[in-house]
Amino acid sequence: MQVTPSLAPPDSAALLGVGSSQTDLRRFLHSLPGVDQVGAEARVAALGTRSIKTTAKAYAIDLAIRMVDLTTLEGSDTPGKVAALCAKARRPDPTDNSAPSVAAVCVYNDLVGIARQHLAGSEVRVAAVATAFPSGRASRSVRLLDTSEAVAAGADEIDMVIDRGAFLSGAYSKVFDDVVAVKAACGTAHLKVILETGELQTYDNVRRASWLAMLAGADFIKTSTGKIAPAATLPVTLVMLEAVRDFRAATGRIIGVKPAGGIRTTKDAIKYLVLVNETVGDDWLTPALFRFGASSLLNDLLLQRQKLSTGHYSGPDYVTLD
Amino acid sequence: MSERIDVRRTAKLFIAGAFPRSESGRTYEVNDHLGAFVANAALASRKDARDAVVAARAAFPKWSAATAYNRGQVLYRVAELLEGRVEQFVSEVRAAEGVTAKRATAQVTAAIDRWVWYAGWADKYAQVVGSSNPVAGPYFNFSVPEPTGVVAILAPQESSLLGLVSTLAPVLASGNAAVVVAARLMPLPAVSLTEVLATSDVPAGVVNLLTGSADEIGPWLASHAAVNAIDLAGADEDLAIILEREAAGTLKRVLRPTREDWKTDPGLQRLSQWVEIKTVWHPIGG
Repeated sequence: MQVTPSLAPPDSAALLGVGSSQTDLRRFLHSLPGVDQVGAEARVAALGTRSIKTTAKAYAIDLAIRMVDLTTLEGSDTPGKVAALCAKARRPDPTDNSAPSVAAVCVYNDLVGIARQHLAGSEVRVAAVATAFPSGRASRSVRLLDTSEAVAAGADEIDMVIDRGAFLSGAYSKVFDDVVAVKAACGTAHLKVILETGELQTYDNVRRASWLAMLAGADFIKTSTGKIAPAATLPVTLVMLEAVRDFRAATGRIIGVKPAGGIRTTKDAIKYLVLVNETVGDDWLTPALFRFGASSLLNDLLLQRQKLSTGHYSGPDYVTLD
Repeated sequence: MSERIDVRRTAKLFIAGAFPRSESGRTYEVNDHLGAFVANAALASRKDARDAVVAARAAFPKWSAATAYNRGQVLYRVAELLEGRVEQFVSEVRAAEGVTAKRATAQVTAAIDRWVWYAGWADKYAQVVGSSNPVAGPYFNFSVPEPTGVVAILAPQESSLLGLVSTLAPVLASGNAAVVVAARLMPLPAVSLTEVLATSDVPAGVVNLLTGSADEIGPWLASHAAVNAIDLAGADEDLAIILEREAAGTLKRVLRPTREDWKTDPGLQRLSQWVEIKTVWHPIGG
């Protein structure tokens, strides 16, 4: 089956018969079944013991590299750092032509132009965090302007944050309307909605936030900003993948998932890939539908890749510092 | 009253300040010089070696950045702790090497003395190994030694404690992190040394110990790109040749087996082996 992430039909909520009013959203989200916390954690622990070796490992490493959103979101980011990151995104391992490019470079709004310029002529996409990242604490007009400026500067993908305060206080329609408005401001750019699961307290909230974002038109749901600990975890990603699976069953729409933050080793990344394969199937094992938001992960992937291709262990002196 | 049951020892590895079993789950029997069973020891695998190198690499920046004076103090404290466990080391050396109590005691005290000797050199060797160079221009020109990084040590096979200390202490004194492969047939003094290190102020990961076969682990360490140097003291001729070849791929510093008598004064050879000389030019009056 050909799978491409669909542009959000504005009526996906309507398709399910869910209105966008506060009452309708609340009734729907609170009717979702609760998450079995112990079961979810046991499930990811069991899947985490899968042994992925030799050719399967080589495949997984290359796939994971292609799924990386190479990210730099520091106050100290400079045009030079973004240029270096773009060079690395295009050609992660200068000593080995066969290493694939990453999926995207993820930067702040004001550095989108620089990234665009340095990625010209490559397949690597430019993602921008917008909507008053990472807190989301700004008025809707400011957040929309943030978004439209990033799109105008050439961003292919927008990573927005939801207003966790509104979500936690039960103002679901505000969050819904935010996402709908930002989606409209994105135009053709893909919209990733960051739930910031580290602030949502429970898996039930993660499930509700996932559904809320998908109903409002998200193309991707993303775990975290990377600024809050805990960031991405396997159980949270499992809950989100289940939401994506169920959403597809209910609406036919296919939504991507992006765990971000705290994924640093190849072993971790492979655990996520196993989780994807076992939860939503291999339709999702593509950079179009699953991404890793990471910076140091890429270096570890490259080290493991070098180990497989040369037969001896590589070291941090053989990859870039950041 | 019933007979007391023996508390049998399974010697563990020492990686990143913890005492894990081998990732492979393997162990081997350690016997005394007469062939009687003494303890089980972990038989380290290549993945244990990998983990040890990762730990050493992580520990290196802090240890190498500590002041030389501080490193000397930390190493001296290790000697203090060794001093309190002389009896245990004497009995382990006796069992392993089959020497008399007197000779074993001599070896243990020599090992402690050597540790103190190297601890003292920590903030002095740079004055001896480094130099101020005459140049034809208005510059100061200095050459200073800096630690090379992670040093893999195949500990001497014939000298269970003194040989180990003589190879390990200089690596630490000059600010490197170490991955040690203990003598295969007599690893227990080395394991006890790590138990001392764990309670000293040497940061976790600066010393990592693997027990098992140098033939099995050595090639992985020699070819490992994150290992900067390797001491082949415990390798036989054939293995040394193989490992030198492996080490050439990443241009490691290699110290070939020296077959030295560990009881003699070591001199500064080992201390200056594991450093890189950095030369800086500084304008006069600039």
